[in-house]
Parts: sequence; structure tokens; C-alpha cells
Amino acid sequence: MRGKTAETVIAILAAQALIDPSDIRLDASMDSLGLDSLGLVEAIFAIEEAFDISVPFNPADPAESTGFDSATVAGLVAAVEDLIAQKAG
Amino acid sequence: MRRVVITGAGTVNALAQDVPGTLQAMAQGRSGIGPLAFRDVERLAIRIGAQVQGWDETRFSPRELALYDRFTQFAVAAADEALAMAGPGLGPATGVIIGSAAGGIATWEDSYRAVFQEGKSRVPPLVVPRLMMNAPASHISMRHGLRGPAFAVSSACASSNHAIGLAFRMIRDGQAQAMLAGGAEAMLCFGGVKAWEGLRVLSPDGCRPFDARRNGMVMGEGAAVFVLEAAEAAAARGAVALAEVAGFGMTADAGDIVVPSGQGAAEAMEQALAEAGLTPQEVGYINAHGTGTQVNDRTEVAAIKQVFGPSASHLMVSSTKAMHGHAIGATGAIELLACILALRDGIVPPTLGLSHPDPACDLDHVPNESRRAHLDAALSNAFAFGGLNAVLALRRA
Repeated sequence: MRGKTAETVIAILAAQALIDPSDIRLDASMDSLGLDSLGLVEAIFAIEEAFDISVPFNPADPAESTGFDSATVAGLVAAVEDLIAQKAG
Repeated sequence: MRRVVITGAGTVNALAQDVPGTLQAMAQGRSGIGPLAFRDVERLAIRIGAQVQGWDETRFSPRELALYDRFTQFAVAAADEALAMAGPGLGPATGVIIGSAAGGIATWEDSYRAVFQEGKSRVPPLVVPRLMMNAPASHISMRHGLRGPAFAVSSACASSNHAIGLAFRMIRDGQAQAMLAGGAEAMLCFGGVKAWEGLRVLSPDGCRPFDARRNGMVMGEGAAVFVLEAAEAAAARGAVALAEVAGFGMTADAGDIVVPSGQGAAEAMEQALAEAGLTPQEVGYINAHGTGTQVNDRTEVAAIKQVFGPSASHLMVSSTKAMHGHAIGATGAIELLACILALRDGIVPPTLGLSHPDPACDLDHVPNESRRAHLDAALSNAFAFGGLNAVLALRRA
């Protein structure tokens, strides 16, 4: 089951990747979505706007900057859920 | 040195969103000036302009729209039309020079509005590539695989003529075989017009170049882009020349930042004539800078008289800005279309709004109605704030 957060994140990724949301699985790797660097930056911006959070992500240095697993869709969703929880707490 | 011809043209402006429609409007003496419509226009003192109407952004993909400020959209559309007209075979070494005065000003405005007015903590991620002055040149290059010299030039209201003049010289001197060149501007947004309001040079009610009742300029927007190429190469691939770019002159007044000296303008015209090998007697038409401000119009007429002497009385000198507005960095490119209309089609476009001539502007300004004439050569003047003058000399192809 996908939660509401996952649904929103996937909808944003799908819009940037120009694919149908139902074609994005949670265990899909981010690379497999076909997003280029600008598409990813646009998706992160849309996620920040949608949830009113700040996602610490630097596409120039993705491995070092994030502090979360940005390799898969599930990792990104989990990071967004954490950031939402931190904001609430 | 090689001869250089124009083999393609494209435009988006307040008169039409293509070349045939624009030339028809110019021939008919139709004006694209009307009430401005955009966010916060009610907070402006000046509410008229020559705005592109019914612009359909859906011609671009969502991804392109994320990257294209309005000035880039105009330039890309104009380049598409110009390349289609020029036909295949230009080659990947073709270059692109697009002039603009303000670049992506609406993108600046939107992002400032977000952080300053709406208190947002972030702006969209593509603000920088959207607003940059070279965005049109880069996107035209990327879209069509043109890998030659590509860059932007910025010289306020002379930007287009500098772009086209540079492209002409690069081809003439053998540095490029073919170039796309022109200008793009989209300052008709709240911040753009508010800034011009501050200078107190805008008319609240109309553009009337050379008329005693004129009271300022009216802003426009849009783009025009041309394919320039070596005449031999154009002939070899069977392309039809719209006109020949025969000479270019550029000078700086080194005087006042906004008031033209006249001398710099005269020297730019003289240079363009000399480079083209034209005598004043051979020139039948000048598309004037003709902004509809008293200081521009009188200075320009005096400069023309200085250069042309007795021949000035045989010249037709119209300003087409009462039709397409002063499109700032795009204006010279749009006005090159007026010169093509005059040289190729034998139709000299008129100066609209001219019924009470300023006694100091006593040349043949082709008032209100276009005129049939068979012309061999024309000049297109652009005299920018900053005292920068750029004049193109054209011959009938």
C-alpha cells in the first residue's frame, strides 16, 4: 500500500519524468525514471512546495549531500516522511 | 570579401506571429498598440503598449516552458520560422547571435515577487537558465543542432542591429558560412513598464513619430530572427534571398547616457554607407529609429540631413514604431522586416499618427499610408540609450 506522501511524491516524479504514476514502483531506482539533472531539481522543488519542507539535496554531489537514500523512490519517500515528521515535532 | 544575403526570416510581434502577417500589417498601416493586459497593470500610469496577443504557449512542451522565459519563447518561435523559410542545408557550423536589452525580466520579477512579496523561502530551480541573456541563442542552437559561434549581445535599443551587423561581418569575413541573428524582448510586465515609466519617456495615449503632438514612445515586445548566409552558398543550395546585407556601421556617442548626440548617429550611417559602397543618392528609404520622443526624432532628422545633404529631400524616412511599438532590444530586427518589405516588395511602410508634422522633422516621413516605390537600397537605424548607434545598410537582392 502506498501512503498519501508516497502518492504525492510519485505523482511529482511522474510529472517530471513524463510517465504515468502507475508505472513508478516504490522499489524503482531513481536512475530508472529517466529524470535528468534539471528534472530531478524540479521534482525536489515541487516536493518542497507540496509539503512545505526543505530537502537537503545537492544534485552536484548527490552521495554526500543528502543524508538519505536517494537511490530509490522508497528512499526519497522515507526521507520526505522524516522531514514532515521533523517539521511537526 | 563575400556578399551576405538574408534567406530566412521569422517574427513574433504585436502585429502578427509570423512574417507574412507582419508584412501585410505594415503594408496596410495597421497598429498593434492597445491596452496592456497583465498582472498589476492597474498600478501603472502607462497602460498602453504593443503587446503580443493570444500567444499560445502550448506550442512548447512543459519541459521547454520550464526553461523558456517569454523573450526566449518569442526568439525560438521566430527562429523556427526563419529556418523553415531558409530551407535545408545550412550545416551544423551555423551560428546564433540574439540581442536583448532586458533578458528574462519576467523571470526576475516572478522570483522576486515570490521571495519579497509572498515571503516564500525558495524560487523555482530554473530561474537562472531562464533569465540569462543568452538563453534564446542557446535554445535556438540546441533545438536545431547549430554548433557555430553562439552568444548574446546587449546594447539596449540597438541590440538587434548589433547582433545582425556582427553576424553580417562574420560571414563577410569568412568566420562563418551562415548565422541566425536578431533580437528578442519581453519587457511588457509590471516591473518592465514601471521602470520605463520612471524615465518619463512613455506616452500615455499613442506613438506619433515626427508629429508636433507626439508625447513619447510606446513599448512593444516580440522577436525577429533572420538567416544570414554567404551569397554564393545560398545560391548553391537554391535559397531565395530576401535582401542583401551590404554594410554596417556602429559608433558610440561618448556623450550622455540617454540624450543622443547626433554626431554618433551620423557617423554610424556614414560607416554603413561606406561599407556597403553606397552613395547617398542610391538610398531610397531609411527605417528611422523614430521613437516618438522629441529629442530622438529631431536629433535623428538632423543627423540624416548631415549625412545625406541635398539627397535627404529625395529620401523616404518612416518610423514603423507606431505599428509594432518600440520593442527595445528586438526593435531593430522587427524593423529589418520593414526594410525587406520596402526593398523586395516595393512597399514602403508608413509612419502612423503623423498628421501635424513637427517643422523640425521635414523629411518625407511617409505619413499614415504605405507607398509603392522601386528601391535599390535602404538603411535601418538604431540609436540606443548609452549613446550606442548601429546602422544596417541593405540592398535589394
